[in-house]
Amino acid sequence: MPTYVRTDKCDGCKGQDKTACMYICPHDLMALDKDGSQTGHAMKAYNQEPEQCWECYSCVKICPQNAIEVRHYADIVPLGGSVQPLRGSDAIMWTIKFRNGTMKRFKFPIRTTAEGSIDPYGNKPMPKVAELSAPGVFTKEMMGGYRAGRPDELIRRG
Amino acid sequence: MSQGTFEDPTVVQEELDILLIGGGMACCGAAYEMMRWADAVKAETGTELKIKLVDKAAMDRSGAVAQGLSAINTYIGSEQDPADYARMVSNDLMGITRDDLAYDLGRNVDDSVHLFEEWGLPIWKTDAEGVRHDGAESLKEGLPLLKDGGKPVRSGKWQIMINGESYKWIVAEAAKKALGLSRIEERIFIVKLINDKNDPSRVAGAVGFSVRTNTIHVYKAKAVLLAAGGCVNLFRPRSVGEGTGRAWYPVWNAGSTYAMAAEAGAEMTMMENRFVPARFKDGYGPVGAWFLLFKAKATNAYGEDYMVKNKEMLNDYPPYGQAAVPASCLRNHLMLKEMKEGRGPIYMDTVTALAKLRETLTPKEVKHLEAEAWEDFLDMCIGQCGIWVGENIEPEKKNSELIPTEPYLLGSHSGCCGIWVSGPTDVGAPTAEEGDYDGVPAHLPRGWNWGYRSMTTVKGLFTAGDGVGASGHKFSSGSHTEGRLASKAMIQYALDNKDWTPELDTPVEQLAAEVYQPVRNFLEQKDYTTAIDINPHYITPKMLQFRLQKIMDEYVAGTSTYYNTNDKMLAVAEEKLGMLKEDSMKMRAKDLHELLRAWENYHRIITAEAHMKHIQFREESRYPGFYYRTDKNFVDEENWHCFVNSIYDKNTKQWTCFKRKHVDLVDKTKLFKAAAH
Ligand SMILES: Cc1cc2nc3c(=O)[nH]c(=O)nc-3n(C[C@H](O)[C@H](O)[C@H](O)COP(=O)(O)OP(=O)(O)OC[C@H]3O[C@@H](n4cnc5c(N)ncnc54)[C@H](O)[C@@H]3O)c2cc1C
Ligand code: SF4
Ligand code: SF4
Repeated sequence: MPTYVRTDKCDGCKGQDKTACMYICPHDLMALDKDGSQTGHAMKAYNQEPEQCWECYSCVKICPQNAIEVRHYADIVPLGGSVQPLRGSDAIMWTIKFRNGTMKRFKFPIRTTAEGSIDPYGNKPMPKVAELSAPGVFTKEMMGGYRAGRPDELIRRG
Repeated sequence: MSQGTFEDPTVVQEELDILLIGGGMACCGAAYEMMRWADAVKAETGTELKIKLVDKAAMDRSGAVAQGLSAINTYIGSEQDPADYARMVSNDLMGITRDDLAYDLGRNVDDSVHLFEEWGLPIWKTDAEGVRHDGAESLKEGLPLLKDGGKPVRSGKWQIMINGESYKWIVAEAAKKALGLSRIEERIFIVKLINDKNDPSRVAGAVGFSVRTNTIHVYKAKAVLLAAGGCVNLFRPRSVGEGTGRAWYPVWNAGSTYAMAAEAGAEMTMMENRFVPARFKDGYGPVGAWFLLFKAKATNAYGEDYMVKNKEMLNDYPPYGQAAVPASCLRNHLMLKEMKEGRGPIYMDTVTALAKLRETLTPKEVKHLEAEAWEDFLDMCIGQCGIWVGENIEPEKKNSELIPTEPYLLGSHSGCCGIWVSGPTDVGAPTAEEGDYDGVPAHLPRGWNWGYRSMTTVKGLFTAGDGVGASGHKFSSGSHTEGRLASKAMIQYALDNKDWTPELDTPVEQLAAEVYQPVRNFLEQKDYTTAIDINPHYITPKMLQFRLQKIMDEYVAGTSTYYNTNDKMLAVAEEKLGMLKEDSMKMRAKDLHELLRAWENYHRIITAEAHMKHIQFREESRYPGFYYRTDKNFVDEENWHCFVNSIYDKNTKQWTCFKRKHVDLVDKTKLFKAAAH
């Protein structure tokens, strides 16, 4: 189910050395056609191996021009439907169009903190090297997630 | 550094203490935990450990969680015991799992989930009235965090619901911040591990290449965490045209973990195990929430509930068939009977389920429910929505087909193939003095612990997530946790080996030549013919992949034989895979993208071979519904209630399989009701 890039919207990420879609695709599918030799459209991106697309929408969600859409696989899915997201900073909006014209819209939260705001060790303890061999993780005492378990369940422990 | 060309790549060498391969859930967990301990080491001793993480993709969206997820599948909670979790894992995997690994994960996994919530992952909550709130709303309503006693929405005994579109993005942000950008290199595909020159049972580093810059990267490291996911596309997928990419398992995990570990000499375990998920047909959208949250039933084409109709078949597999929740493979087994006898298609009865819920819910709640059903797909399998809109399927009006997919190999979902690792010492696991070790090669450790948690049988080589065998059902949260547990032992290992310097067993020039062999195959032969893809001197990675998939599908129990194989078919597969492995040396790469595909497929072949050898060795059908050996079509508890392990010799290219004794550390009889005869 491959992605496609709209010629009227893609600006090649303004000639930066790394385009957003190339940066993000987990399967190395998005490529930039610098001179137009591959597609006839210079400085625009394209999916170089559409039959390998997982349709994860990572490139669709990240494209700053909203230039990437998905035409669900031609060998399986009837034409005419579309599923298109708009990903904001705390929510994602989906516009879903059925082949028969029915439309649905959904909005779901994606995170509850500002992007880039995670302070990984901010309020966390600094462990002691001597504790390296003790069981558990370094946040064990403060995250409330350690489940010690009932001792009698371990039938071989002496 | 001079910029290499395609013909003549630049070689970059680095010396590290610790190398992390992969940037998925496991490596993100490892990075988070490791850097804190590395800081402690620095504060106490002044030593700064050199640590680096490499990923073939971008951490923000790499690995199985790239698209997002709609549930965290492993959350123990305060009401359940880690022993209950270990029992569930064992039962779903037909009794052959390592309780020590599952139990240890069970005690620690909630810590990671609590961190995810702190970092910003929205987790659904139930309020005092039992009303569900999504993860953002619940915060606005002032409902407590999980850490402070908040009640998650359970979509099953172990699963909790999330708004997980940005799950990987969030987890990667914490890992990237912990590491700092200078310790991360993305778009590096690791091709193989390198053993130590003076001690072949030790790892000394790894070699890979950049998919962007014509550089070969050679890393020396004392300790390596290999967590590069499971394996997809070793079997012919059900879709073969433009839709080939829509496998259930993400197409980018190519068995690198298993292939590289085996080639480095690591003991593998349960490589006969596979996962064949039953999912919505063609899009492979998740079914869990439909069964558990919306209480839908799966039926044959005539509306019969085959789990009820065929329940007698469960009695053929005592004691596993008598568990309150039958193993995933047995559920497939009952479904396959309907398909094979011509009562397909199989359906998820979404219409009845939603109608029933409507009887008791207000219109507002119904609308909410509809959104929940769509979100389940939109968060983690958007392709399924593509199929629904294309086929005009509204779940309240039209039922959807289900189908078992092609097989995948993985160790963290409902599968348990992987690498044999050292476990925790405080849960009663067998020690070196116990057990019978007949047939286990003498150089391998005895007992289930040999010094460092999560270390493989190769010194300095660790794994986590999909890499750890004989302990499935870790999922996203568990894989993160396993990375954390491994990272502590790795720091310890690096400290214990402070004065040791790794030496590579292969000269760097030779490594570079090996990695770029497919490029040379292309450059040297390309002008022999007019058509670039058809050349007697090389094979394209794509055609090689088709050949692998054809062999595995037709002889090693793929979909085209309804997951059946036998000793004779396996013998044919063995011969064909041997020739395929030889021909893989002739793969061509016309650009860096194709070089990536070439090495991915090489990893797939080694993984496939391990799978085939293990199925051949285990003379029974341990996972009915996932595969059948028709010449040994039974579960044989007397002779095969054991682990099947193996080692690979990279010089002779031969596998040796052997048994290891299975031991229960928690009482499994609690799982089973009396046989229903
Ligand atoms: C379809 C699907 C649905 C799932 N649904 C759920 C769910 O609802 N809830 C849940 O909790 N869990 C779910 N899981 C399970 C969860 O995603 C996995 O358990 C978890 O991601 C495993 O972590 P990992 O680090 O082992 O592998 P991954 O997260 O897959 O990471 C593998 C990493 O290795 C990198 N890599 C691969 N090869 C190489 C190489 N040769 N060199 C360098 N880097 C490489 C990849 O880019 C990636 O970064 C699901 C899994 C799948 C496949
Ligand atoms: S991210 Fe969008 S704008 Fe940038 S190159 Fe890709 S398609 Fe074009
Ligand atoms: S949808 Fe995913 S797999 Fe397909 S091109 Fe975009 S990022 Fe790559």
